[in-house]
Amino acid sequence: MNAPATDLHAREPKQDAGDAAAVQTPAETLVDSRFTVPGMRCAGCIAKVERGLGALPGVAAARVNFSAKRVAVSHAQALSDDDLIEALRTLGFEAERAGDNPLAREDGETRALGRALAVAGFGMMNVMLLSVSVWSGADAVTRAMFHWISALIAVPVIAYAGRPFFASAAMALRYRRTNMDVPITIGVLLATGMSLYETATGGPHAYFDGVVMLLFFLLAGRMLDAMMRSRARSGIAALLGRMGKGAHVLNADGTTRYVLAEGLAPGMVMLVAAGESLAADGVIVAGYTTIDSAMLTGESDPRPVGEGDTIHAGMVNLGDPVRVKVTAAARDTALADIARLMDEAGQSRSRYVRIADRASRFYAPAVHSLALLAFLGWLLAGAVLYKALLIAVSVLIITCPCALGLAVPAAQVVAAGALMRRGLLIKDGSALERLAEVDEVLFDKTGTLTLGEPRPLDLGVLDEEGARIALALAQASRHPLSRGLASALREAGVVPAALEGLREEAGEGLQARFEGTLVALLRPEFEVGGLAVDLVVGAARTRITFADPLRPDTRQTIAALREQGLACSIVSGDREASVRQVAQALGLFATHSMKPAGKLALLERLKRAGHHPLMVGDGLNDGPALAGAHVSIAPGGASDVSQQAADAVFVGAGLMPVALAVRAARRTMAVVRQNFALACLYNALAVPLALAGLVTPLIAALAMSASSLVVVGNSLRLARCAGKAARAGSAAGGGA
Amino acid sequence: MTILGFLIPLALLMGLCGLGAFFWAMKSGQFEDLDGAANRILIDEENPADPDAATGKTAGRLQK
Repeated sequence: MNAPATDLHAREPKQDAGDAAAVQTPAETLVDSRFTVPGMRCAGCIAKVERGLGALPGVAAARVNFSAKRVAVSHAQALSDDDLIEALRTLGFEAERAGDNPLAREDGETRALGRALAVAGFGMMNVMLLSVSVWSGADAVTRAMFHWISALIAVPVIAYAGRPFFASAAMALRYRRTNMDVPITIGVLLATGMSLYETATGGPHAYFDGVVMLLFFLLAGRMLDAMMRSRARSGIAALLGRMGKGAHVLNADGTTRYVLAEGLAPGMVMLVAAGESLAADGVIVAGYTTIDSAMLTGESDPRPVGEGDTIHAGMVNLGDPVRVKVTAAARDTALADIARLMDEAGQSRSRYVRIADRASRFYAPAVHSLALLAFLGWLLAGAVLYKALLIAVSVLIITCPCALGLAVPAAQVVAAGALMRRGLLIKDGSALERLAEVDEVLFDKTGTLTLGEPRPLDLGVLDEEGARIALALAQASRHPLSRGLASALREAGVVPAALEGLREEAGEGLQARFEGTLVALLRPEFEVGGLAVDLVVGAARTRITFADPLRPDTRQTIAALREQGLACSIVSGDREASVRQVAQALGLFATHSMKPAGKLALLERLKRAGHHPLMVGDGLNDGPALAGAHVSIAPGGASDVSQQAADAVFVGAGLMPVALAVRAARRTMAVVRQNFALACLYNALAVPLALAGLVTPLIAALAMSASSLVVVGNSLRLARCAGKAARAGSAAGGGA
Repeated sequence: MTILGFLIPLALLMGLCGLGAFFWAMKSGQFEDLDGAANRILIDEENPADPDAATGKTAGRLQK
């Protein structure tokens, strides 16, 4: 049975072991391992992965988390992670080890908000139950009793559910600043105190319902914001973990063990297979291969290396397995310099002030002086102190930025959801705000404008049968060239041929039999310029050459960005010749041979000149630029570092999500401004009532929920807008 | 009016029960994988006896 989840925490460990015994030998202890499996797309995949792994001897349980594209396996220690990855591969899924969950802290925050929201919801419903009776005419003793019960419910609820706001307001005040939470906190505390006084003196008006409802709406806004972030981050976490997080280290007795990057030390010998990236700097001690340093430097052409050559962490082995002696690990690698640059570059962004907080800089002082004026005005007009205070508090309650608190997150969540369906994951709302301000776009070349994977230049050299054989061979291997060939052939609609006796020899290629003839996919017998493989069918030998092609919709994307008034250019770490080729093809201004620090300096110059540059890049060398730009986007195939530094990540082969993101961000900010206008309009209507002393708790409750609903309704329009924009974008792309 | 003395505590108790149920559901990880839960209903059960049964049972522990 696939019950969603049952709590095992309460269960005795003994019973747990008993469970395991049913599946495997009782003496062994179980260990948990986690893998990311980005290829899971449907219910069938969940069942396939869970059943396939569950049937493996030594596996006690396997559980898929579909949202995070992860699978957790509880298995016997004898079964290594590599065995499980291999098992997943035979099931048809690419899998990688997942590191410790870097999002745990974020999850905790979302959960705390969820609990606060639930408590506020509970309080709101119960207090409202009592308030409705008061509004419909309960008086004297009944009213007093209902007020007391309301207070009994509301005070603990406010103390619990209000904590996120109180903490944030206290933090802001400590640094002598003000944010949206300061007026909220003051309003909530004053209204609660006022209502308690009313209750104690048997007065007619208690605002417990309004206060709790206010907290509920505001928490709903925060919750939306947090959910948007955690969804995007779990999407990104599923893409992470493909870069050298560790290495297979050769033991003295010739066996290998897997060591995480932090555990690598100089002197160890790593076994680097084809397609793996290096986790540490080192010198090759055995073997010859081709190294792709696109991620580290932006160079697109792979470089042949052999014994005695130094290679760096972040480079990818494209050719044969090699043994590499570690010379520098962790903090000392060439990567660490880039990390330091990134840390410095990232600081400017944390100073960005979000629109809601900018609005509250004007809003909070205005509201507080208005309340003060109302208090003084009524005192001067001869009202008693109590009455003047009551009116000042009701001004604060009615102007409490309920709609303002929802105005921004509601619009951003709807827009981010629409963009997510189009393949763009936005990390947080501030990224959308910054995206809307962009006036210049800088593209990295390798892996950003281009696919970043070798693809066959011309499939025309293969006849139909050759293509079918090539696909059948290529899809059996993890080698980057095989993967590029297989995906190009699959896109061309080729059906793989049925082969027998398929085997792969590391460093040589793949061999099999097709209807009796020997077929093979081999590396060329002598060195050729660039990357190539030979397809052998019987005696015939066909050469397939590879190159890194432009993304399919690059031209349309650049055109769409220019249409929105954005200047586009290329900043690449690659050599002049290959950059010029791409720049001319796209008609873009380009700079070449840029070091990471150079890219960052260029961005700083632009920012000082008052521009708001958007950086789109994938490599480790783009990391500092991504962190330093006003806003940044990375493709899904980017290095971990880049995906973590970027504000948004797009998945898939197309570049169009970049243009869509800017368009959607601008539209979102337009809706946010409308929402602000609606909230102001509401205040313009409600404040005179409050100043005149006409606001009763009933009116306050009605006004508050009505304004919140209007704002949410207005934001929902974005879902339709974003859909329309995307359709228009793809239509324009099709036409161009 | 004495009925109020019975009904109000009852309403509060029911509300608290709902709140408790929500907290429990959250703690046991039922909101961890909403997309997965939506998809799982489409999975056919082949052999309800083993390994899937074990799979379902240990879910809570593995999701942490």
